[in-house]
Amino acid sequence: MNVIQALKTVSKTHPGMVRAHNEDSVSVDVAAGLVVLADGMGGYNAGEVASGIAISVTTTEIARRLKFESAAAKAEKNGVDNAVTLLRNNIQKANSSIYHASQSQPQYAGMGTTIVAGLFYDNRVAVAHIGDSRMYRLRGEKLTTVTRDHSLLQEQIDSGLISVEDARFSKNKNLVTRAVGIDPNVEPEIHVYPVQIGDVYLLCSDGLNDMVEDADIESALYAMQGNLPLAAEQLIQMANDNGGRDNVSVILVKITADFAEPKSWWAKFLHVFQK
Amino acid sequence: MAAKLILSMDGVQVKEYPLVKERITIGRKSSNDIVIDNLGVSGEHAAIVTILQDSFLEDLDSTNGLNVNGVPAKKHFLQNSDEIEIGKHTLKYVTDQISQTTAEDFEKTMVLRGPVKQAAPVIEVADHTSTLVQTHVLSADKAKVMTADITDKLAPPVLPQAAVVQILTGPNAGKELELLKNLTTLGKPGVQVAVLARRPSGYFITYVEGSTFPSVNGHLLNDQPRQLNDHDVIELAGVKMEFFLKA
Repeated sequence: MNVIQALKTVSKTHPGMVRAHNEDSVSVDVAAGLVVLADGMGGYNAGEVASGIAISVTTTEIARRLKFESAAAKAEKNGVDNAVTLLRNNIQKANSSIYHASQSQPQYAGMGTTIVAGLFYDNRVAVAHIGDSRMYRLRGEKLTTVTRDHSLLQEQIDSGLISVEDARFSKNKNLVTRAVGIDPNVEPEIHVYPVQIGDVYLLCSDGLNDMVEDADIESALYAMQGNLPLAAEQLIQMANDNGGRDNVSVILVKITADFAEPKSWWAKFLHVFQK
Repeated sequence: MAAKLILSMDGVQVKEYPLVKERITIGRKSSNDIVIDNLGVSGEHAAIVTILQDSFLEDLDSTNGLNVNGVPAKKHFLQNSDEIEIGKHTLKYVTDQISQTTAEDFEKTMVLRGPVKQAAPVIEVADHTSTLVQTHVLSADKAKVMTADITDKLAPPVLPQAAVVQILTGPNAGKELELLKNLTTLGKPGVQVAVLARRPSGYFITYVEGSTFPSVNGHLLNDQPRQLNDHDVIELAGVKMEFFLKA
């Protein structure tokens, strides 16, 4: 089965209860098996511009490349999945686009964005992220965070300065240590994980996880995994009921079937025609 | 305004110390930033590390230890109006709570630049305070007001009156289910599910999945949530239950 039939997806974004602008951008390209979410920052509408560039560059470039090459192919040099290379190169491409726009246009000076992207292929997902937008995974009844924020707070947690419980009370919540478009170069963090049928992946901006506790996200996803649009609606509603202080965006991806790449040349041949 | 410590003894205020350095030490020796000349106080008793808007108290293996709000502590993440007791002295931690700006200004995400090391030791993390780069068009004084009170953000959301669902028919008849969570699931995921959501404005029932829609007082639900009123009767997969608010 190919990735289009194996994934159920839904995305939703909301400005929240306080902000006038929505600086988040989301995109879902089922044919490419690619989901991307970005949370922009910068004055006036620069935040929207930054997250918009990040989304459009990564999705169009990766989708274009996937027409000619397989995400599961291994690089000859280091044996890394092509998916990892595609994500890294195109996030870096988005980085330079945003960086150059902010250098050349004064109204965009200093703009930047977080990004979290998932590329699903061959029963796996390659996850790339920069900043504090997250990916979670619901497997069975348990929700786990797949990404680890690039934020000052996360570093304080890692160094043992502050406990996970106390982190809720930190006033340094909104400081990211890595972002797309701020410097000429950026290194995305990328990992590949095997997926299982029934897994639900959640990509979200910090407007969700700052406002809603993980336990509530977990129970909503578990109860509503049979109805993804309702689950997305519920998550956003919970963030807004708790104050909705920031833009809140979610992408949900549910694995409904096996989508291993065909191995024999004949199966590959057929697979190409099924696309 | 930076956070500050107010030193007092026997309820009498002695002196104020603004937390303007990344690390200040408290002890009996004159080399400390805050000197408390009392034999019950160790030479170097405690330190406070401040990273941007957050301050952390650390006991430097003092002989007599210290209390925070009456509880012995080795390490503590200071919150507004915490009282640190060292011997007979009290240091009260105060941060500015009032801001002239809206909540929006301080919650906007900003980027910290610089070679931030993973799992850097405490002191090194503190060094990065000077490399903060604001990507926002925030004026300097606005940026400082990041200390603006987080209390309302952390305040528990408004909860409606407590409510209960009592099962009326079937093998579990008579059982009560208290709606203590924001989301209570009725049924089994993958088969038949409806959820009861607790929101500031009340309780709502929503159909999630399954072959039959639940009904409320005999009216079938559609795919929209429906607010529940006291003594509404819900029917789901042949089981009747009553929703009521607790006095």
